[in-house]
Amino acid sequence: MLALPVNLRLLRRSDFGVIAERAGLQALPLVLVLGFLIGMILAFQSAVPMRQFGADLYVADLVTIALCRELGPLLVAVILAGRTGSAYAAELGTMQVNDEISALVTMGINPTTMLVLPRIAAAMMVMPALTVAMDAAGLTGMASVLAAFGYPFSAIKAHITILSAPGDFLQGLLKGVVFAAAVALIGCRAGLTASGGPRAVGQAATAAVVGGIVATVLLDGLFAVILYRLHL
Amino acid sequence: MSALIQVREATQVFGTRTIFRDVSFGIDQGEVFVILGGSGCGKSTLLKQMIGLLPPTAGEITVASYSVNTQVEEVRRHIGVMFQSGALFGSMNLQENVSLPLAVFTDLPKEACAEIARLKLGLVGLTEAASRLPSEISGGMVKRAAIARALALDPPILMLDEPSAGLDPVTSAGLDRLILGLRDSLGTTFVVVTHELASIMAIADRCAMLDAKAQGLIALGKPQDLKQTATDPTVRAFFHRETL
Repeated sequence: MLALPVNLRLLRRSDFGVIAERAGLQALPLVLVLGFLIGMILAFQSAVPMRQFGADLYVADLVTIALCRELGPLLVAVILAGRTGSAYAAELGTMQVNDEISALVTMGINPTTMLVLPRIAAAMMVMPALTVAMDAAGLTGMASVLAAFGYPFSAIKAHITILSAPGDFLQGLLKGVVFAAAVALIGCRAGLTASGGPRAVGQAATAAVVGGIVATVLLDGLFAVILYRLHL
Repeated sequence: MSALIQVREATQVFGTRTIFRDVSFGIDQGEVFVILGGSGCGKSTLLKQMIGLLPPTAGEITVASYSVNTQVEEVRRHIGVMFQSGALFGSMNLQENVSLPLAVFTDLPKEACAEIARLKLGLVGLTEAASRLPSEISGGMVKRAAIARALALDPPILMLDEPSAGLDPVTSAGLDRLILGLRDSLGTTFVVVTHELASIMAIADRCAMLDAKAQGLIALGKPQDLKQTATDPTVRAFFHRETL
């Protein structure tokens, strides 16, 4: 990333726009649908047992904290690994197999600067927006379940803000950006190391998805420990 | 006069498999030099060594007195490379493909880069196709566009990997004429990897033949001489289209 400012001539704004649109805008419908459903499912599964203790309205607090701190960025990262990480691996893998990467190298152009950095930057740029969309859709799904249980929106809204703080939301955004960088990096690496013909492209895409998801979960665990130590 | 490109005892071993051993030859300025041989003999591997994509297991290659092993950046300033597939960038049209090295390595404004790119495309007869994407043109046009891109920075040496592969005989002959035309008009030195006999006879000033069984160089010289005087059965079989 440090090389980016001195190699701006290698960046094509049109390419960056296309990469960002594919990673962000085209993923938005999926993120919204999944977010809404996950919010509904979480609310419904929690509300039933919590109702026995008369605490079902606290589902709003539970789902808000779970989504904003944990599930929102985690699920978006999984979506990013499945859609964008695999796409990066397939694109760069195809370029590798077709000697386009070798062509760049023999021209003296660093493929990392021209191909990898814009992809990582695009993923990191769209991730916060997708996380916000996931959180919003999830909270809407949760609210719709609680509304169906007969709670007014004003009570649900109040509970969303009682226990959760802006810090929870910001934590999620920070995690999301780190997850996005890891997913994009792993996808690009899988593509650039592909070798052995067209079959390698498929293998690279698989490696990108698996690696992206595993890295995301490991990083999430690391975040959990660090944030606990920092009392955040 | 020392050779522009010097290959000294180049060896390539992958694990326990020796591809070739102790290959040596020199290529003079303005020459069209062909590396030929059957499939799997290491032609493209040797080319990869010459362009610095694959470090030789042993031996040394120099291009314009720069060692590929230790001064690869300087070497790459002297060469343009066309890969077998053309390796054009699919998201860029032909003009943008050819402009890319100019935009990166010169301080020329965008318009000047575009103008030079159009001139280079004109050299290979693709002026009209400048705004088309690689996916919208034929295989022969892709190869010609790749040559135009390799010429973008006016390198003194062009290295072409299987330029005729996948082309019909007429298109292939057109590409041969283009290579000879560029050599005559620009004085460019060509290193061409191919196993197309018709192309070899048409363009090669000299050639080096590699053989997988011999794991190295089995013939070096003018193609007409090799065809007439070679005693090695593999060389004779290649030039006379015989079955061994």
